[in-house]
Amino acid sequence: MGDHSHGPAKGLSRWLFTTNHKDIGTMYLWFSFAMFILGGAFAMIIRAELFQPGMQLVEPGFFNQMTTLHGLVMVFGAIMPSFVGLANWMIPMMIGAPDMALPRMNNWSFWILPPGFLMLASTLFMEGGAPAFGWTFYAPLSTTYAAPSVTFFIFAIHALGISSIMGSINIIATVMNMRAPGMTYMKMPLFVWTWLITAFLLVAVMPVLAGAVTMMLMDIHFGTSFFSAAGGGDPVLFQHIFWFFGHPEVYIIILPAFGVVSQIIPAFSRKPLFGYASMVYATAAIAFLSFIVWAHHMYTVGMPVAGELFFMYATMLIAVPTGVKVFNWVTTMWQGALSFETPMLFSIGFLVLFTIGGFTGLMLSIAPADFQYHDTYFVVAHFHYVMVAGAVFSMTAAVYYWLPKWTGKMYNESMGKIHFWISFVGFNIAFFPQHFVGLAGMPRRIPDYALQFADFNMMSSIGAFIYGASQILFLYNVVATIVGGKTVSDEKVWDGAEGLEWTVATPAPYHTFEVPPKIDPAHAHS
Amino acid sequence: MSTSQTQPAGYEKYHVPESSSLAIRATIGLVGSVFGGGLVLNNMTFGSGDAGAAKWVLTIGLIIFVATLASWFRTTIRENLQGINSGQLKHSYVLGMFWFIFSEVMFFAAFFGALFYVRTLAGPWLAGEGEAGRMNELLWPGFEFTWPPMITPQEAVGGTDVQPIANNGTFTTQGQSMSFAEASAWYAWLPLWNTLILLSSSFTVHVAHTGLLAGNRSKFNLWLGISVALGMIFVALQALEYYEAYAHFGLTLNSGIYGSTFFMLTGFHGFHVFMGMTMLLIQLIRSLKAKHFTASDHFGFEASSWYWHFVDVVWVFLFLFVYIL
Repeated sequence: MGDHSHGPAKGLSRWLFTTNHKDIGTMYLWFSFAMFILGGAFAMIIRAELFQPGMQLVEPGFFNQMTTLHGLVMVFGAIMPSFVGLANWMIPMMIGAPDMALPRMNNWSFWILPPGFLMLASTLFMEGGAPAFGWTFYAPLSTTYAAPSVTFFIFAIHALGISSIMGSINIIATVMNMRAPGMTYMKMPLFVWTWLITAFLLVAVMPVLAGAVTMMLMDIHFGTSFFSAAGGGDPVLFQHIFWFFGHPEVYIIILPAFGVVSQIIPAFSRKPLFGYASMVYATAAIAFLSFIVWAHHMYTVGMPVAGELFFMYATMLIAVPTGVKVFNWVTTMWQGALSFETPMLFSIGFLVLFTIGGFTGLMLSIAPADFQYHDTYFVVAHFHYVMVAGAVFSMTAAVYYWLPKWTGKMYNESMGKIHFWISFVGFNIAFFPQHFVGLAGMPRRIPDYALQFADFNMMSSIGAFIYGASQILFLYNVVATIVGGKTVSDEKVWDGAEGLEWTVATPAPYHTFEVPPKIDPAHAHS
Repeated sequence: MSTSQTQPAGYEKYHVPESSSLAIRATIGLVGSVFGGGLVLNNMTFGSGDAGAAKWVLTIGLIIFVATLASWFRTTIRENLQGINSGQLKHSYVLGMFWFIFSEVMFFAAFFGALFYVRTLAGPWLAGEGEAGRMNELLWPGFEFTWPPMITPQEAVGGTDVQPIANNGTFTTQGQSMSFAEASAWYAWLPLWNTLILLSSSFTVHVAHTGLLAGNRSKFNLWLGISVALGMIFVALQALEYYEAYAHFGLTLNSGIYGSTFFMLTGFHGFHVFMGMTMLLIQLIRSLKAKHFTASDHFGFEASSWYWHFVDVVWVFLFLFVYIL
């Protein structure tokens, strides 16, 4: 038990055996980027097939495997772990803690992920192919008609679930127990708040997902009939259980993104966040509502009308706290001394495009209208506006914003700005036309389409290729920064940035806040 | 660093272990278990029926996993005995256990939710009730819904010949359900005894805790021992009940949704009782052999007892909704 003054161990064992929140955060971030590239490659195959009508490149069965794995890898492999990585890096530094509360478990949470995804990806090479029923794996496609690879898919979900539950317990324990004296709850940076609430959602719903896949496993291998009407069960039961997990899941993805943007917009507006307390309450309200809206994914399944109405009105309510957030960000910028560095550009891109995704969400929440939109490309456009332009844009902003603090090097600003504009334009070319083809009735998850959708699909594919290619620029910029970026040594890299992470040296030392910092009682939240 | 480095009065250093191989070992065990388990199940269902070499992958994975957990807990216990753990660190463990139990509650909620959904909505719909039941005439004519069910929809339309289902799809109703059947023979109804046993064990664990708080180790050991014994009896009776179900009642996992919900709810509960009992047993051995625990420092025991109360509460709901109502 040596003291902590020295730096990291050498070689591979540093990463295998580490208990350091920064090392673990780094591993999460790189892993999630690798998964982002893998899931992106699947998306490129999808868009290449859809470039023109007719069957071009791949078999329909393989196309289905691609849509399935693209969704699973992006949700569970890219977006979620990337924000966990950010939480690992930033939460202890933001609340003045020496590390995460349970450092060994933290390492375990990470190391389950790579073999878990290896197992999931290996299903591509199994007899019968990878799972091909969409990322929502509805029964009975995933039970009665399951291929052998589904068994490994189920165990992969179990493993990822264990990882997520442990990770979120760790975050809750850290935030509740490790805040520096004087760092009261209402002084915490909003990123910490959004992650605390996200972690609560994860602990609440990941076990429900585990229950759902366990029922699938039993139906496939032990002859139970949870999801088979012939035995008295119901395939719709699967949808209810899945979406009881799945709806909070989308807030699990977006809440940390809200947190990131709530850090960055004030920094580049040189003003404190407008309406801090209302931001906290709005986040909590969104989390609460997320538990009672799940069946809005199932309007066309044949629910009683009373159910449709309840879920419709409950869903619309979410627009209120979300609106509070959007207006608070806009008001933060109002009369600020704005500057538009790359993190700010991605945050404003987030704000504009996420709001569009929010509005299409509101359209989808209207049950009678959803009968037209359901399972069309309109839905695909909607959730890519919130997942990509929402979560991924905010994650990208976060990387640019904190990269100098992590590495002590400044990224190339003009390359960052070019990355933003190519991403922004490519993204909109890819996904905006999907609203139109969706409204006109083009179904999702089908490798071919009617001729009248050809032009918009070609546009969409070109946009997707542009957006995909722009990520290579991102990777290059990050690597070039780490290898040979201009050294920065100011503690406060951005003049408008607030928070404890900007009070430690740059690059952040291996161990920070081994002794809790003094929090100025008069100091506002950051 | 601009931050003040002076140590605030009363601050105890938070122990962050330097490095640890526990996570990697646990991962190897976990991945071996699930990968081996997947191979075994696939051989069983889709392959020759013989588990083959896969069962060794599963076995070795499980051994590594359990051994790693054991050495993990040993490490944390030793750290505490060495006085490394500050009050703040101990509170992290308290929070960890609390939220772990909360996640377990949500796991059971999924299965209870399935039970309620089928009993109140899906079952009546299958039998033709309401708007949603309009397909009954077409799909499952003659199916009537009761709880416990007297017949599966598949049987109602003529069995597997008429309604074949891929992947293990033969659903045969049980001969006899687990509900309370005969008032005159109430003493032969195992769930009642199990309820009494588990409720008393929660009480005896509490008595053991009071003994520990009073510094009375023999009282603690005695009552903790009784609790463990009651847990073992519960598991044994549950095994007996399963034997009865399969051998005499014709109640199996294939008995439609009744068998599915019954075995999954009671099975996962029984597994949790087994885990809780093992946890309490380890605490008993620690107290007997090594004189661990003091009146003010005994979180290993306290966490196990929380877990024990949790499985007890789950059982009360099970008894109510699976056996009685």
